[in-house]
Amino acid sequence: MSNRVEPVVLAKRARKRFSRPWASLTAIVIALLWTTPTFGLLLSSFRPEEEIKTTGWWTFFSQPNFTIENYNEVLYGSGSSGRLAEAFINSLVITIPSVLFPIAFAALAAYALSWVEFKGRDWLFVGIFALQVVPLQMALVPLLSFFSQGVDVGGFTLMPAWDLEGEWKFVQVWFAHTAFGLPLSVFLLHNFMSELPGSVIESARVDGASHGAIFRKIVLPLITPALASLAIFQFLWVWNDLLVALVFASGSETSPLTARLADMAGSRGGEWQRLTAGAFVSIIIPVAVFLTLQRYFVRGLLAGGVKG
Amino acid sequence: MTFDFLDQIPKFVVLGVGVLAFLLVVLGVLYVGNIVPHRPKSLTAGLVFLIPTLVLVSIGLVVPAIRTTVLSLGDSRGEGFVGLDNYVWIFTDPQILGVVRNSALWVVLVPLVATAVGLVYAVIIDQTRLEKLAKTLVFLPMAISFVGAAIIWKFVYDYKQIGDQIGLLNQFMVWLFGEGATQHWLTMPFWNNLFLIAVMVWIQAGFATVVLSAAIKGVPSEIIEAARLDGVNAWQMFWKVTVPSIRPAIIVVLVTMSIASLKLFDIVRTMTGGRNGTSVLAYEMYAQSFPGQQTGRGAALAVVLFLLVIPIVVYQVRNLRQRKEVR
Repeated sequence: MSNRVEPVVLAKRARKRFSRPWASLTAIVIALLWTTPTFGLLLSSFRPEEEIKTTGWWTFFSQPNFTIENYNEVLYGSGSSGRLAEAFINSLVITIPSVLFPIAFAALAAYALSWVEFKGRDWLFVGIFALQVVPLQMALVPLLSFFSQGVDVGGFTLMPAWDLEGEWKFVQVWFAHTAFGLPLSVFLLHNFMSELPGSVIESARVDGASHGAIFRKIVLPLITPALASLAIFQFLWVWNDLLVALVFASGSETSPLTARLADMAGSRGGEWQRLTAGAFVSIIIPVAVFLTLQRYFVRGLLAGGVKG
Repeated sequence: MTFDFLDQIPKFVVLGVGVLAFLLVVLGVLYVGNIVPHRPKSLTAGLVFLIPTLVLVSIGLVVPAIRTTVLSLGDSRGEGFVGLDNYVWIFTDPQILGVVRNSALWVVLVPLVATAVGLVYAVIIDQTRLEKLAKTLVFLPMAISFVGAAIIWKFVYDYKQIGDQIGLLNQFMVWLFGEGATQHWLTMPFWNNLFLIAVMVWIQAGFATVVLSAAIKGVPSEIIEAARLDGVNAWQMFWKVTVPSIRPAIIVVLVTMSIASLKLFDIVRTMTGGRNGTSVLAYEMYAQSFPGQQTGRGAALAVVLFLLVIPIVVYQVRNLRQRKEVR
């Protein structure tokens, strides 16, 4: 079929689809189901406390009453109301290194696994690849005790006890997120890197470039799109994570937004003025990132970048 | 207002230390990578690049996973040896059997419903004027945390014994069937599981929409035109042309979602805390290990989770391999 005809055909297809009323109705119902709950929560977060608790958010349209008091309280209020400003900072402090570390380490490892030849390389790759199967639930309890007691293998101290206190607990959260994120990151970057043109790297090698130089000057610029997709995935994963945060960042000094919100939902489940505003504080950053970088996110998804 | 930004400064110091450590490690690796002999075959060069990953993965995953397997044969304090008692407990205790049943429900329903919704939606919006916007609307929940989504839906399911309903679902019941039809959705035995599953479907359907929509666009237009010339209707087109053409993508979506549902934890913890018969394996593992201090049982649950994930992943990998070979 020639390109000249195609647009006409496509337009016809499109019109046919729209003309089927049931199909359009289904799409509209789905779109409404997928947006109304979030919209209701957003609207509620701006309503005064006594109104949220006594009337539905849809009554807002007949008697609009607007306030930002909920946000003020939930962000800066006293301990019992969430103190989400602090949790927001905790989320940031947890997320930034937890994105940088695994991606950089994975890029280095993927380079060695695709462009440095050595004995046993393929076995190593299969090993790291297979680790994707291990659910992080398998690692939680022992890893936590490693941080408090160190690692001993047959009397040999592999890692001393860390005994982290207060804000230094962030380090163990970074460690956990990095370790858990590495297998998938290495796998995806290896897929991408091993398809780079070998001739370019080969000729650099002939010119006497070292591995460090090849990685920096040739490989790194070529894999930037893959790094971007991966960074978005890891960012969303870490920012939205609850389990790792509960285990490794317990305590008010380090717990991120998700952990704080989950607590509020459990202990003060009826305080909707705080929950609605709090949920939005936690949602706003990932949604903003997602909307601006959606293209990279979709590209990564189609390349298989889903944490499984 | 008790929040003082100055109190937060130590955290940024820790962050600075972390970023500095990051730069040191990366620059260190690159520096050593510069000076090691750059023969193409070099174990040293390979290991230099791999060391950060190998250290982290072995301390953070490999050794802990082995420890957990050992712990699963031990008692609640992780000391005495109890053989397979913890596994026997999982498959005989009626409460835990209920948990296993719930997990099975999640693994079957979430992928099926979410993929079905995503597929139908992707087909309908394909090549329409508002396709991009329509896709983004359904895709957006992917960016929201499970905790956030759980709160959004807890609000929808909210139930008030007296006064006006503030939850949308109960208000709909009032509008449609009158005051008597309202329900406390999250405490209804068995059905509450389905209300939790709906939240996961809501999050995952966008993933199905995006992946399947890309697959639909990959279906050669010759095939579609040929089918059209043969006079098939929309229904036949969907089942006889679209679905078979994108079958590999459908399988990838199904498998990915089933793994995610098996490991799901956050929604259950935030919405019900596992009460009223809503617990699932991943939540029970957490509840036993941490609040419950039952190390052995928690470890056994983790191992069961691991064993259940393996066949799904093996299937996924084989599937991907075959796809690569076909290409």
